[in-house]
Amino acid sequence: MTAPAPNSTAPKSIGAEKIKVIVSAIVPLNNLVTRFEFKRIDGYQFPTFSGGAHTVVEMQDGDLKRSNPYSLMSDPAETETYAISVRRDDQGRGGSLFLHQKVQVGATMTLSSPVNLFSLDLRARKHLFVAGGIGITPFMAQIKQLDAVHGNWELHYSCRSPELGSYVDELCAKHAHSVNIYYDDKKQSIDLENLLDGQPIGTHLYVCGPKGMIDWVRRSAASAGWPDAHVHHEEFLAPQPGKPFAVRLAKSGLSVEVGEHESLLEAIERLGVEPPYLCRGGACGQCETDVLESEGIFIHRDHWLEDDEKSSGIKIMPCVSRFDGKILVLDR
Amino acid sequence: MTIQFNDETFRDDYSFSNSQRAKDRFPFPFHEDSYMYSINMEQHQGGPADSIYEKRFDVDEHYIAEMRDRALVLADDPLRCQSLPHMTLAGWDLLELIMISKSEDYPELFELHRDGSKWHWINKPMGIEDHFVFMDETTLPYGPMEYITRQTQGDFCVLDQREDNLWMDAGMVTTQADWSLDFDIGMNFFEWHAPVPLAHEKGIFKRALKFLLSIQQGAPARRLNWTMTVNPLLDTSPENYHKWGVQKNSLTPENLGSKQHLRVELQTFFRLPRSNGLVFPIRCYLMSFQDIMSKPKWGRRLHRVVRDLPEELATYKGFIDKRPMMLDFLAQYDDGLPTSFGVWPDDHSEPSLQK
Repeated sequence: MTAPAPNSTAPKSIGAEKIKVIVSAIVPLNNLVTRFEFKRIDGYQFPTFSGGAHTVVEMQDGDLKRSNPYSLMSDPAETETYAISVRRDDQGRGGSLFLHQKVQVGATMTLSSPVNLFSLDLRARKHLFVAGGIGITPFMAQIKQLDAVHGNWELHYSCRSPELGSYVDELCAKHAHSVNIYYDDKKQSIDLENLLDGQPIGTHLYVCGPKGMIDWVRRSAASAGWPDAHVHHEEFLAPQPGKPFAVRLAKSGLSVEVGEHESLLEAIERLGVEPPYLCRGGACGQCETDVLESEGIFIHRDHWLEDDEKSSGIKIMPCVSRFDGKILVLDR
Repeated sequence: MTIQFNDETFRDDYSFSNSQRAKDRFPFPFHEDSYMYSINMEQHQGGPADSIYEKRFDVDEHYIAEMRDRALVLADDPLRCQSLPHMTLAGWDLLELIMISKSEDYPELFELHRDGSKWHWINKPMGIEDHFVFMDETTLPYGPMEYITRQTQGDFCVLDQREDNLWMDAGMVTTQADWSLDFDIGMNFFEWHAPVPLAHEKGIFKRALKFLLSIQQGAPARRLNWTMTVNPLLDTSPENYHKWGVQKNSLTPENLGSKQHLRVELQTFFRLPRSNGLVFPIRCYLMSFQDIMSKPKWGRRLHRVVRDLPEELATYKGFIDKRPMMLDFLAQYDDGLPTSFGVWPDDHSEPSLQK
C-alpha cells in the first residue's frame, strides 16, 4: 500500500467496517470517569460524524470479546482523534472495568464506524440539553458541532457532586452563559417545570442520563404539551449479568450456553453467527430475533419491542435481554 | 481510461447516442425473464471493472451533455433545485462526498486540494476551477448542493432523518421519471411513495425504510429501478408533461426501435456524516430498444418481461397503451430459447437469435 495523502480520508473500500486504532491518551477525570483517546493505525483520518453519534468499542478480555457502545465526545469535525469518556461500573459485567483497569496507552483496539441514534434535529430554533452524570458525553460533541455554526443551545447538567462533575470546568469556562450546573449533594435540582415553560416555539429538548431522569423529563414534557417529535432521548442499556441459560439456534444448527457475564448476542457471536446490530443497547432494533420455541420466562430489557411483543414470547432482543427456563430456540 | 465526451442533445433533435462501450456497460435491470418489485439492495462497494458499479459516482461519455441539459432545465425552472433551510449542512456533506470520490476515482478529470477549510476544486471536463472555504456558502457561486450537483450526473434527493422516517427536504431533480421535487419537497418516505401501486400492500416500503434508516457511514447501498421513455429525454417531469407526453404518440412500428428507450436508474444511498442525513442519487441510463436487441439475451428477456408485466405496473410506468406495439417489435427478437440467470449480457456464451 502506498502512503496515504495527508488529506486523504478513509480507504475507498472502508465499508461499515471496523477501524483499527491505538489508544493515544488515557485521562482520568475523576474517581469514576476516564477519557480514552484513539488514533487510527493506518494513518488515514477518521470519518467526521454528527454530534450524538456513538462507536462500538471491541474489547478482547481474555477469552471474552466484549463490544460496548460509547458516545463520541470529541469535536465531530476533528478527524485526527476520537474520544470517549467511560464511567466505571463496579457492578456491571466488566466492560468498563476492563477499559479502566486493563487498557493502557499504546494498546490496539477496534472501533465501529460512527452511528447516530441521537441526532440533533437541525430544524430546531433552539436546542435544550438536559444531562445527568455520564449522560453529558453526547452533548459534548453536539455542543462543539453547534458552536462551529453559532447554533442556539442551552445545557442543564446535573451531577452528583463537584468532584464527580466531568467536564464542568471546561463547559463553564467556555460557555458561561449557556451552561447550568446542578449538584445533588448541594440539594440543587433542575426546575424542569419552569424550564420547559419558558422555551421559545421551535425548541427541541434532548435528554441523556439515568433512566429515572429520562422518564421524568419525557413525562414532564408530555404533560406540558410538548410534541413527541420535539423530545429526544438516548438511553443505551448495558447488558446485565444474570443466570446462565442454554439456547439453540435453529438455522445454524448450533447450541450454546450463555454465561453469567455474557449477553445472548455475545454468545451467539461466539459461535460465529453474526446478527446485525447498531447499538447493542436495546434501542436500534437491528438484532431483533424471532423465537421459535420456548419454555420459561423472558427477561426483556430493551426499549425496542412493544409490550404485546414482549408478552407474546415470539421476539427477543439478544443484545440486552435474557431468559430463564428450560428451552429457548431462536431463528438464527 | 480516457473518456471521449459526446457532443449530443437530450431534446429537440435528440442527437444522443450510446457508443459500443456504453452499450456494453448498460445496466440492464432484469436478472430473470419476469419482473416484480423487490428491494433488491446490495452494498455499493465497487463492481466489475469498467461497469457502472465500479466507481462511487460513475462518469461516462454523456457527462458534458447531461450537465448542459441540466443547466437548460434550471434556467427554465429554478424550482428543480431546492434546499430547505436546515439542509445546508447536508449540502456540504454531499459536496465533500462527491469531490473526494471523484478526485480519488478519476484523478485525471478532477482534482481536490485541501488546506484546512481552504479548498481548491478543479473539474477539467467542464473547465471549472474554484477556490472556496468549506462550510462558507458565501465563497461559492451557488449553495453547496447546487454547486456540486450542477457538475454531477444524476438526480439527487437529500433526505433528512428524524422521527424514524426520511424527509425529502432538499434535492436537485432534472432527469426524473415523472415525479416532481417541487411537489414532494418536505414529504416523508411514505408520502412521496404513495402513488406507487402494489408495493405498499406487499409491505415493501416499510422494509425498505427500515433498511435505509440503518445505512451506516462508509457503507453505501444501491439498487436498480426502470421505466420506459420515448425519445432519449432526460427531463420527463410532470412540469413538462405537456411537452413530452405527446411524444409517446409519435411512436410507429417503423420508428419504435430507435425512439423507444429503456430507462434505467442506478439508485445509490450514502449516509452523510455531519448532518446524519442520507443522500439518494438517482442516475439515469437510457438505451434504445434497437441497441438492446444487439444483445441476444437482453432481446429475448425484454420481450418476456414486457409481455408478462402486471397491468398496474405497465400503467404506472406509462406504457400500457403502447405495449401491443412494443410487443410486436420485441417478439421478433425472442426465439423462445432459455436465457442465463443474471443481468449481464453474456455475449460470448448466449446463442445468437435463432430466427
